[in-house]
Amino acid sequence: MPRAILPIHICDLHLIKGGRTVLGGINLVIEEPGITVIMGPNGAGKSMLLRCLHGLIEPDQGQITLGHRALADCRDQQAMVFQQPVLLRRTVLQNLAFAAPELAKSHPQRLLHALASVNLADRADQPARMLSGGEQQRLSLARALLNQPALLLLDEATASMDPASVLLMESLVKAQSAQGTKVILVSHDQGQARRLADEIVFVCNGQVAEQSPADQFFTASQTPAAKAYLAGEILI
Amino acid sequence: MDVLAEAFRLIITLDADLFEILWLSIRVSLVALVISVVISLPLGTYLAITKFPGRKFCILLLNALMGMPPVVVGLMVYLLLSRSGPLGWLGLLYTPSAMIIAQVVLITPIISALANQVIENLHLEYRDTFYSMGVTGRRAVVAYLVDARYALTTCILAGFGRAIAEVGAVIIVGGNIDHLTRVMTTAIALETSKGNLTLALSLGTVLLALSLLVNALVISVREYAGKRQYA
Repeated sequence: MPRAILPIHICDLHLIKGGRTVLGGINLVIEEPGITVIMGPNGAGKSMLLRCLHGLIEPDQGQITLGHRALADCRDQQAMVFQQPVLLRRTVLQNLAFAAPELAKSHPQRLLHALASVNLADRADQPARMLSGGEQQRLSLARALLNQPALLLLDEATASMDPASVLLMESLVKAQSAQGTKVILVSHDQGQARRLADEIVFVCNGQVAEQSPADQFFTASQTPAAKAYLAGEILI
Repeated sequence: MDVLAEAFRLIITLDADLFEILWLSIRVSLVALVISVVISLPLGTYLAITKFPGRKFCILLLNALMGMPPVVVGLMVYLLLSRSGPLGWLGLLYTPSAMIIAQVVLITPIISALANQVIENLHLEYRDTFYSMGVTGRRAVVAYLVDARYALTTCILAGFGRAIAEVGAVIIVGGNIDHLTRVMTTAIALETSKGNLTLALSLGTVLLALSLLVNALVISVREYAGKRQYA
């Protein structure tokens, strides 16, 4: 697995959508491995930041480099799990095979192992879109991890899942992080952030309001916005 | 009532004239369909997933051509293939080939426009995921066509339905020549005008049965795809 994805430099990132400034000059450096959780109120720009980082959205201004290389040069080292799983109109196993055709030919057992890791081994031949929402998301994660990405991005991937599926997803994400994959996830769930995060990036009004180690963020956050967010106050 | 009974007798006894007309109709429409599918699916897919100046106009044009009157298509193909036309040297006028060309012109916009809509919807759904997985170009196109297979089948069947039931264009370019270019629809028109309702009704019954069969296939395909969440 390539390890040259760090540091991640996001420099003066601006994004304007429909006349509204979604990202208003994001400056962020992520240097440490492990799990970084991006938190913030609705509409703060968290998902857009993640999508820019993945190259899905071209920012109006600014630059992103991964391991001192241009974003476009690192595309094959990234994988992303979206909030709404999008699966092909094929069987569960065929969905995995489509994501890694070479692997499917050379090591088909790896696909079955990947399915087993998300508790879907017995559903291999079922149409993927007949799985429940949580199962579909687990399959999305298995698909994302199949090519051993150096950077894994998750956009509120567990937002509509049952607790058991959330715990399974979290354990897989932790295991992947322990293997050296840098994980950046967007989450509203403070409990999840406490369980997973090594580092928190707090985004508010399209800007990074705070970036700190997770322990420090939850015990002694430095900005009024982050304090209010953690206190459960509504931020507009 | 006697006419109706006689019509069924022709069908049941596999009347040679009736089945010659029926076979030519199916042959012409199937060949036209195959050619049209080869043009339409790549065209519809290309318009759905590629951005270029004038793309919206092309889609607008395709949609407009869906409703093109068959007699106008017949006239255009006639002018192309007539002795003094640009393709007159091919000598295709009043042959089944001319009818195939007319049907291709008629159904290609239909299948293309319907396929375009199907693939465009799928593209909107899959776009981000494909980007994330690094799926581009030919691999993406094949994936769209495979995943839209059931919806595209209904588009293709709709094209076949239109082709087999068409009369205006094929009568102009085919000439409705007995044992050569006489198909079901043109034969029905001719036999009705001659007062030979028996053959007209026999052909009408077969045409109706074919239409029902195509629609039953469309519904079956939709139901199968729906049950497996493949729609």
